[in-house]
Amino acid sequence: MNEKILMKGNEALAEGAVRAGCRFFSGYPITPQNEIPEYMSWRLPEVGGTFIQAESEVSAINMLFGASACGIRVMTSSSGPGISLKQEGISYISGAELPIFYADIMRGGPGLGNIAPAQGDYFQATRGGGHGDYRVIVFAPNSVSEMGNFPKICYELADKYRVPTMVLADGLLGQMMEPIVYNFEPVDPKDLPEKDYTLGCAEGRERRVIRSYDLRPGYLEKNTLRLGEKFKKIEENEVRYEKINLEGADIVIVAFGTASRVCKSAIPLGKEDGIKIGLLRPITLWPFPMKVLNQIADKVENILVVEMNIGQMVEDVKLAVEGKAKVHFYGRPSGGIPTTEEIFEQVKKILKR
Amino acid sequence: MYQGVIISGFGGQGIISAGILLAYSGMVEGKYVTFFPAYGAEMRGGTANCSVVVSSEEVASPVVAHPDTLIVMNEPSLLRFEPSVKSGGLLLLNSSLVSAKPKRDDAETVFIPANSIAEKIGTIKVANMVMLGAFAKKTGAINIDSIIKTLPKVYTKAKEDMLKKNEEALRKGMEV
Repeated sequence: MNEKILMKGNEALAEGAVRAGCRFFSGYPITPQNEIPEYMSWRLPEVGGTFIQAESEVSAINMLFGASACGIRVMTSSSGPGISLKQEGISYISGAELPIFYADIMRGGPGLGNIAPAQGDYFQATRGGGHGDYRVIVFAPNSVSEMGNFPKICYELADKYRVPTMVLADGLLGQMMEPIVYNFEPVDPKDLPEKDYTLGCAEGRERRVIRSYDLRPGYLEKNTLRLGEKFKKIEENEVRYEKINLEGADIVIVAFGTASRVCKSAIPLGKEDGIKIGLLRPITLWPFPMKVLNQIADKVENILVVEMNIGQMVEDVKLAVEGKAKVHFYGRPSGGIPTTEEIFEQVKKILKR
Repeated sequence: MYQGVIISGFGGQGIISAGILLAYSGMVEGKYVTFFPAYGAEMRGGTANCSVVVSSEEVASPVVAHPDTLIVMNEPSLLRFEPSVKSGGLLLLNSSLVSAKPKRDDAETVFIPANSIAEKIGTIKVANMVMLGAFAKKTGAINIDSIIKTLPKVYTKAKEDMLKKNEEALRKGMEV
């Protein structure tokens, strides 16, 4: 079995992608994700893969478009400002229904912002900054272990549904070191099932066309409705979350990524004071755990959303609970990391304790 | 058991590698560990610091706002981090390079001439190990043998001779 190793989040993610069969990476540097391309630059050649430092984020994402069209497991990564530049390409890739995997290691924003950990790209990730009707499956790890083990799931879902998938993590998860055990054996790309839509050697078969447009009247509408059905299926089948201490909770906190770790550490503080704090951690941010939150709202009066931004996921929580519970928000943006004590203060304030 | 540690000094003093070594050794002992470096505009000769948590419980945040132990390798680090040390905490001071006296009277201070000790061993490069040895002794958070065992895993390119010097520095640190 795989041994326990101490790894940096960014490197664990890169290694996880390689082990999951990634053989092409194109990217452009930006802090706090630079360890990912740095790692890929020596690691991919080891396994016969290709690393390209592109001249810009725009070209990096379009190289990914091409490589994915040829059936290769591909990856790019950036931080918020770079992902902004890649959104156009991600929209095209979604239109062309190609599987890609990418990571956003978030920093403070908007604009050039700073390089500190933050969660301000929730909207960008879950809504897409790109144009048109599309969705991206978004995974939010909260440990180095998940950073390393999520890429495989992302590739599998990307292939299954022919959609982009991504990991959304903050600079802290990217930079920190923690023990990790890879929970899967390395994937040999040669063992993956052949795709019936990819380009390459066309000898002896019908030609294939990959494109994101259809100008014939009525055709694109039909196609986009079909995409809608596909997204609905993802919403039905691929929601992931972690439930902690929910049974009989006096208050339920909803938090993802780094914020969820801090919130979890507030649970014992509550116990000392006779307050039962529950925690729901969305692992997929899209599809969002709507149903389970709606059920939670039947049983609990107050829900506290904690984010390292000024309030983004809180909108999804409000949509999910349909007014059945009071939704409160506590946020620390652009480098602010909430502390256990701060979270507990919020809990006490809400419960008037 | 929970030990939140900040190690701080000049870039090049082995601040980051000492932090990684500490975290790695904790992992070897089966403890929960996190390591978090200050990152970004760091450079050789500039300041460097990192946070390490070694705990018997799952670690919530790898950011150590109030360290149980502060390892100070140079003077600017003392000025910057002294106020953040937990009341009743521990200050390990590299007295070879820090002449200022700490103002905190609610934390224990240990003065360690780490550079001089390291020089006697043969290279000031191992001053960080002297401090780590002292940390192991004073806190009991980590066993010195775990650190020694872990040395080759962190310093993968180090020659046998250098590993020996690191080990010697760790043991000398235990004596202070």
